[in-house]
Amino acid sequence: MNIFVLMKRTFDTEEKIVVENSRVSDDGVEFIINPYDEFAIEEAIKLKEEHGGEVTVVTVGEEEAEKELRTALAMGADKAYLINNEDVENYDQSSTSEILAAFFKDKEVDIILGGNVSNDNGTGQVGPRLAEKLAIPYVTTIVGLEISDRKATIERDVEGDQETVEVELPVLVTAQQGLNEPRYPSLPGIMKAKKKPLEVLELDDLDLDEDEVEGLTETVDVFLPPEKQAGRILEGEVEEQVAELVKLLRTEAKVI
Amino acid sequence: MARKTLVVAEVREGELRHVSFEAIAAGKKIANGGEVIAVICGDQLANLGKTLGQYGADRVLTVEDEKLKHYTPDGYKQALKQVIDSEEPDAIIMGHTSIGKDLSAGLAARLNSALVSDIIDIEEGSDPLFIRPIYSGKAFEKKRIKEGLIFVTIRPNNIEALDIDESREVPVEVFDVVIKDLRTVVKDIVKKTTSGVDLSEAKVIVSGGRGVKNADGFKPLQELADVLGGAVGASRAACDAGYCDYSLQIGQTGKVVTPDLYIACGISGAIQHLAGMSSSKVIVAINKDPDANIFSIADYGIVGDIFEVVPLLTQYFKEALQQA
Repeated sequence: MNIFVLMKRTFDTEEKIVVENSRVSDDGVEFIINPYDEFAIEEAIKLKEEHGGEVTVVTVGEEEAEKELRTALAMGADKAYLINNEDVENYDQSSTSEILAAFFKDKEVDIILGGNVSNDNGTGQVGPRLAEKLAIPYVTTIVGLEISDRKATIERDVEGDQETVEVELPVLVTAQQGLNEPRYPSLPGIMKAKKKPLEVLELDDLDLDEDEVEGLTETVDVFLPPEKQAGRILEGEVEEQVAELVKLLRTEAKVI
Repeated sequence: MARKTLVVAEVREGELRHVSFEAIAAGKKIANGGEVIAVICGDQLANLGKTLGQYGADRVLTVEDEKLKHYTPDGYKQALKQVIDSEEPDAIIMGHTSIGKDLSAGLAARLNSALVSDIIDIEEGSDPLFIRPIYSGKAFEKKRIKEGLIFVTIRPNNIEALDIDESREVPVEVFDVVIKDLRTVVKDIVKKTTSGVDLSEAKVIVSGGRGVKNADGFKPLQELADVLGGAVGASRAACDAGYCDYSLQIGQTGKVVTPDLYIACGISGAIQHLAGMSSSKVIVAINKDPDANIFSIADYGIVGDIFEVVPLLTQYFKEALQQA
């Protein structure tokens, strides 16, 4: 099976956000594989273990993302591509999906897996946009996946309820938390990963011009939420506190 | 400039979702005096069209087809593409719900259009600006669409719906579509949510952390949520420990919620959890550790045992609401 994974390098979820000149600063920030993409990588490796084939991980981003690609290779992926997106103006989700569509043009695909959102921009657009560009079906927020005879039976999370859908391959799916427990790279895995193929592609290599993939939106400003002040800790006996809280929520905060 | 605006309304279990009314209000802002058309897809839409008019839509299109009974991206994309080709709107708005998120991205690609997802506010003007959270609410960005169709999804609970005007009657038209083969087939839907109140739209959320100790520990939280007409959520710690389903998880991985009232029970307040709930209008924290980080963002805090405090809260609220 030809299994592809879309991966993004994102800020560690522990990071506080610092804004400088209306942009998020990445000074001294720790990066990780987007947590939802980690589920996708794990599921891809499980598919390979069950059905055979090859797992290819693709990222669009800066050169530093090689580190996260190596981690994916250490987990068990077979090869990786890093598509350099520097110099694209107003880069947005339509840019990423156009670039990926160009990458997949000459690829034989059985399944593409990605995270259902990235934990930075969090739009969830790239997966469905790419599927549409490739004219293949997509199923988002999946929590279960079985494939037999080129038919995928998929469980997806729909706002807490679970929906079962069937679809023929090729298909693009996006992972929701609960799909699996991503493995840690093993030491031999890490050693092997160093020798696995990792190719860096420029837009030129995909016959793309920077202006062809320019974003359709523009970020005018970035700002932090107003700092939340610590409120009031209630005092007294438990019952007094509870009575006070109920009163405050009804008369002061007026939310009940 | 006036813009013809199409609002894609959503039906869940036979009822219109509140976010659809919010989308009409957002539509009015973006339309800038232009016509706001609401469209609903499904298989038995009965009188729902009328209600959309009462919430401010100027005209309503109902699209009924057996193949639209369950949402599938293929079915809805086909139906809406036909509506869009016919109406040629300048703007499209839908709720950033499970369906809205899934549908909007595929539809935007089909229309070769920009899409700004998950907005919480609109700055009106000749060139509207859209505000949306990034890093799960740790920061916000302001975006504009460079040209062409304005396409946005709105986060539930952030843009206020207009008051219902029951005397308002608008044209409700049947829009015929042809739906070809669907590549994904919905086989089964299993309801796992208990209260029927969806986390993303809930006005009140009672959320549990590691402090609930086990699956049974969520029961008193559910009782409190029921009394307040709210939903139950959880921190990652509670989900990882197996006390509840991951679908309840709130935080940087998991759902981002903005209810009017968020009651955090036995939640320490890791930065990832705060990202998912700190935009709630009022936050109450109950924790036996007075140094728990959650207190730093809570409007009201009670230092105490949740198993003592939560049932008392349920009882007091019940009494107060009965008197009201």
